[in-house]
Amino acid sequence: MQQLIEFLSFSDPNARVVTIGTVFIGMSAAMVGSFAFLRKRSLIGDAIAHAILPGIALSFMVTQSKSPVILMTGALISGWLAMLLIEGISKNSKLKPDTSIGLVLSVFFGIGILLLTHIQHSGAGNQAGLDQFLFGKAASMTFDDLKAYLAVAALLLLVLFLFYKEFKLLAFNPEFAEISGLPVKNLRFVLSSITVLAIATGIQSVGVVLMAALLITPAAAARSWTESLFTMLILAGLAGAASGLVGSYISYTAPNMPTGPWIVMSLSFIALISILFAPKKGLLPKLRRQSENRKKIISENLLKALYHLREKKLISDGWVTRDQVGKTREFASDEMSLALKILSKRFFIITDKQNIRLTEKGLTEARRVVRLHRLWEMYLTERMRLKADHIHPNAETIEHIITPEIEEQLIAELGFPEVDPHESPIPYSKE
Amino acid sequence: MAGFYIILTASTIAVSCGLLGVYLVLRKMAMVGDAISHAVLPGIVIAFLISGSRDNVPMLIGAAAVGVLTTVLIELLHKKANLQEDASIGITFTWLFALGVILISSFTGQVDLDQECVLYGEIAYVPLDLLYLGEDINVGPRALWISGGVLVLIISAIIAGYKGLLITTFNPDYAAALGISTAFWHFAFMGLVSLTTVVSFESVGAILVVALLIAPPAAAYLITENLKPLLWVTALFGIFTAVGGYYLALWLDGSIAGAMATFAGVIFAGCWVWTKAQSKKKSSDIPQVVNKLKDL
Repeated sequence: MQQLIEFLSFSDPNARVVTIGTVFIGMSAAMVGSFAFLRKRSLIGDAIAHAILPGIALSFMVTQSKSPVILMTGALISGWLAMLLIEGISKNSKLKPDTSIGLVLSVFFGIGILLLTHIQHSGAGNQAGLDQFLFGKAASMTFDDLKAYLAVAALLLLVLFLFYKEFKLLAFNPEFAEISGLPVKNLRFVLSSITVLAIATGIQSVGVVLMAALLITPAAAARSWTESLFTMLILAGLAGAASGLVGSYISYTAPNMPTGPWIVMSLSFIALISILFAPKKGLLPKLRRQSENRKKIISENLLKALYHLREKKLISDGWVTRDQVGKTREFASDEMSLALKILSKRFFIITDKQNIRLTEKGLTEARRVVRLHRLWEMYLTERMRLKADHIHPNAETIEHIITPEIEEQLIAELGFPEVDPHESPIPYSKE
Repeated sequence: MAGFYIILTASTIAVSCGLLGVYLVLRKMAMVGDAISHAVLPGIVIAFLISGSRDNVPMLIGAAAVGVLTTVLIELLHKKANLQEDASIGITFTWLFALGVILISSFTGQVDLDQECVLYGEIAYVPLDLLYLGEDINVGPRALWISGGVLVLIISAIIAGYKGLLITTFNPDYAAALGISTAFWHFAFMGLVSLTTVVSFESVGAILVVALLIAPPAAAYLITENLKPLLWVTALFGIFTAVGGYYLALWLDGSIAGAMATFAGVIFAGCWVWTKAQSKKKSSDIPQVVNKLKDL
């Protein structure tokens, strides 16, 4: 706790630089990466991150300098080259995009490793620190580095802000963008350039191998919560910033812990929570909705079966056996037990081990379901001109989702029909 | 002798990776191979912590199981959570790789792995770790025996399962209609890829495994499309890669694994330029044909 307060108070100047740097890098990479994610180019981002390595090594070999501007220029050039090569190979050969991505990624990275080891072995005086690009060097960020990264982050956000509408169109409907006369080629160039730039700065904090996570994981997390691009960008940016904060806090308290992998871990954690629990698109809420729907459907089907038995006067004293129900309508055995349980909990039926009886409340509910089924069948024959033998399956599904409002409209539209197309009476509220 | 051992080990690894890579490329799963090669890292570290050494069978199998688990995770994210496939791959492998690096840093004293080795391997040290039969009969480097064993396993698996792999690769629907389990072949194949990745990890590192998995088959695929020649040409390119990479590394005094990936890229570039030139020749034939027709 003491440490947390110390960390948040920004009293340690070194921790201050690292934290501000990782937070802003994380945020800008996440926002730019959201577009890569939406355009389904996540893995190209991964490839570019790896492909930056030879650019950094070469620019060091040529200039013998480690200034961020020079290394970044080299990084930009080789990142761009890799992207063009990926597109060129996919277009001009029979190789599929995944193969050309993997090919460019691994070969460029290999060249980078070869050059880096060559530099190390040749023993040039100030080569130390170049290999930090592999896993990021957040912890050793200097104030000068920070200024450069902040400038880049500001530039990235400015470009996103200026071209927001155009990029949005490019991400969701590139064909339409082209028809409406936008300079799609130039826009793509700008978007790709800021992506490469975001990657080139991002590798400072997490390294080339994990860079893909900084681009796409926040976007994937944000996507589960919202349908709006603007909200998604804000959420992704927040996730990127938060994980930068967590990563630098962990490496502040445990100095031998690597910052980059912890940033990625916290990002993945955020994404996992989002993918599992987000209310609309989350996996668990979706599974719950599915199981609720299933329960609703089988219990309503059971009610209908009971109603049919009653309608055919097969019930003398109000009691039916499970076997009789099973003969009217097929249920898987576990479905039948589940439906019985649900219905007796809601006092729609009374049941002992073998016999079932509809209650007054259950009868009303059963009438409602049968009514909806028959009204819909009526509607299909009257308005859609479908034949009477075609309409049953459709009504079987729609009966579970018709709301009272639609029911009213149906009745009004059809003028209170007495019977359905199969001549069965439509049960209104009282018999 | 040291150089010979290095080239021989590298060749066996390159051929193993290449043969499996052919199927990866044909199944459009190249990036899944990439993901597996990163994701086995935590498996290797954990198995190492439990068993205390890197060269035993349970450790290899345990680590390879993590690779198969990766493909399951990717499928889950993609199919169940409706996340697009490229993002599922990216998120899964970065997460597992980060976990691996964190584990290495947490147990630095106990794990004989470091971050550099993870990325580009230590094939230069292969000749130093020799295997002895009994007291003092030297039978060559340990890594050579292990990777040789894997190569034999892969070749026999490809021969024994040739038809199953073929049909599930090219026409999974037809395979399903015939009652062939595509899931069985998928997981068996992924298991082999994971195992090969784990074995190659120490020698060539995580990312350069990918170069060996993808580059030789990609180059061979430009030249030929029939499966059998494809496998042969890939194996040949794998050996070229090993030999060329070794001498390139000697010349530049750099990482052997890095040089091998570079050389694999050179081979690919050569094949690409060659096929481009061929197709140009063919398309330049067309005007001549037209002229001849005009002459008639």
